[in-house]
Amino acid sequence: MHEERFVEFSRVEQVFGSGKKSYHALANIDLHIAKGQFVSIIGHSGCGKSTLLNLVAGLAKPTSGSTIVGGKHVTGPGLDRAVVFQQHALLPWLSVEDNVRLGIDSRFPEKDRQWRIERARQYVEMVGLGAHAKKKPAEISGGMKQRAGIARAFAVDPTVLLLDEPFGALDALTRGIMQDELTKLWESDRKTVIMITHDVDEAVFLSDRIVLMTNGPAATIHSVLDVPMARPRDRETILDDKDYVHVRKELVHYLTATRHKEAA
Amino acid sequence: MLEMTRPMDDTMTKTKPASRPTRGSFPSEAVRERLASFLLPLLATALLCGLWLLYSHAPGVTLPGPDRVLSESKELILHPFYDHGSIDVGIGWQLLSSLKRVAMGYTLAVLVGVGLGLLIGSVKVLHQAFDPIFQVLRTIPPLAWLPIALATFNQAAPSAVFVIFITAVWPILLNTAAGVQNIPKDYTQVAQVYRVRGLRYFWLILLPATAPFLFTGLRIGIGLAWLAIVAAEMLTGGVGIGFFLWDCWNSGRLSDIFVAVASIGLVGLVLDRAVAGLGSFVGAKPA
Repeated sequence: MHEERFVEFSRVEQVFGSGKKSYHALANIDLHIAKGQFVSIIGHSGCGKSTLLNLVAGLAKPTSGSTIVGGKHVTGPGLDRAVVFQQHALLPWLSVEDNVRLGIDSRFPEKDRQWRIERARQYVEMVGLGAHAKKKPAEISGGMKQRAGIARAFAVDPTVLLLDEPFGALDALTRGIMQDELTKLWESDRKTVIMITHDVDEAVFLSDRIVLMTNGPAATIHSVLDVPMARPRDRETILDDKDYVHVRKELVHYLTATRHKEAA
Repeated sequence: MLEMTRPMDDTMTKTKPASRPTRGSFPSEAVRERLASFLLPLLATALLCGLWLLYSHAPGVTLPGPDRVLSESKELILHPFYDHGSIDVGIGWQLLSSLKRVAMGYTLAVLVGVGLGLLIGSVKVLHQAFDPIFQVLRTIPPLAWLPIALATFNQAAPSAVFVIFITAVWPILLNTAAGVQNIPKDYTQVAQVYRVRGLRYFWLILLPATAPFLFTGLRIGIGLAWLAIVAAEMLTGGVGIGFFLWDCWNSGRLSDIFVAVASIGLVGLVLDRAVAGLGSFVGAKPA
């Protein structure tokens, strides 16, 4: 039961502001995610996807209802729920490996410095940035910056990995490469992953389940689709897979049907 | 029929790079740019001096032109470090004396301004409490502080330093506070999620993120400090370029005034560039 409902949203409501300027972002969110599952959240802009992620991350508090991770209420941010930000959010004055080490120093303060430096190196190499470890973020490409952000998140050995449209700013080719890298990292260490994405193919290819959200205001969960395809998933053969086609169709249908209702 | 019996020889592979402009002969684009940036200001200065010369020779004008300045103030220009005793010293000494006061007042302004700025920017309650007061105080012209300073310290020297301090501290304080408040939300979220707190947050995130704003404040501050010292010295007397300037006027040495003014301008420029240079050395890009 604990493992089935590892991440749980229970009757969550989120209202921003107050009085006349209030915005009802989320209404009646009930969702549970099993441990080690890869779940995508998809929906049109303004449907509160980021708000939902922020609630798990602890960067926002729900107006009512509760968010529970691993049996404990979420009261604030923490290293057990690492975030990969949409705009990479690397510190521009630190090198790639120093950026990755930032979280490591917080997570493993009892270990000696050399161990922590080594661990940062390890994860930098793991995402293929070994040759760029000493460079500053301004000297590397967008895809590399996101890889650094992913390395930073994995390096703190979180229980839950939260990704906020991590590949949205990347071109299609880089996106494909990054998806494969993420999958590779995840499969070697099955963390619970919640990812926000706009990309239908990405959602189907990567996830075990996909959460469809309605449009805001007062956005809620429309449905949750299961993605039954076996792993590992081959990018080339998947296009012929029955389940892939079916789930994808459902997603596109849903997103198209809800499109005209979204706020301008 | 021509046959290439051997590989193309060196003269064909070592062609000049295509980036060299084919139009225009001797001076390349880069050299021309550099000449322009050097010659054009020179020409403009010559033009202005020419106008000044013409004006000074107009009927009824007592203002000395560049010709009179150069002839009458020769000693002043050529011997900046002469010492004829008491306050009759070369312009170099006058400037150094002023710079000493600026150094003291400015250092104080930096310590107080950065310290308080970081505090005010970080603690919302303090900002709400003190910002309105600061906004009022910073509009007070430096000279208006002089009577208060003199009444407090009863001496010219500390009063002058105080005037510099009170002038330079506001841009430093307010810009630093603004820097703290403008730390991008991304960085604060990174700090929250990845648990970067306390001293680590200060050194790794707060200070570097605030640096561009901080240096903008420092740069504005040094400019204002230099302005303030000239004005303050006019009133306090002693050795210093401000008082020297005022003394020239009172003694009717009009040509010397121009030399003094030119030196004030040049030193001001040097100070500004020095702070800007420090900023880029530290890596703080302008805000």
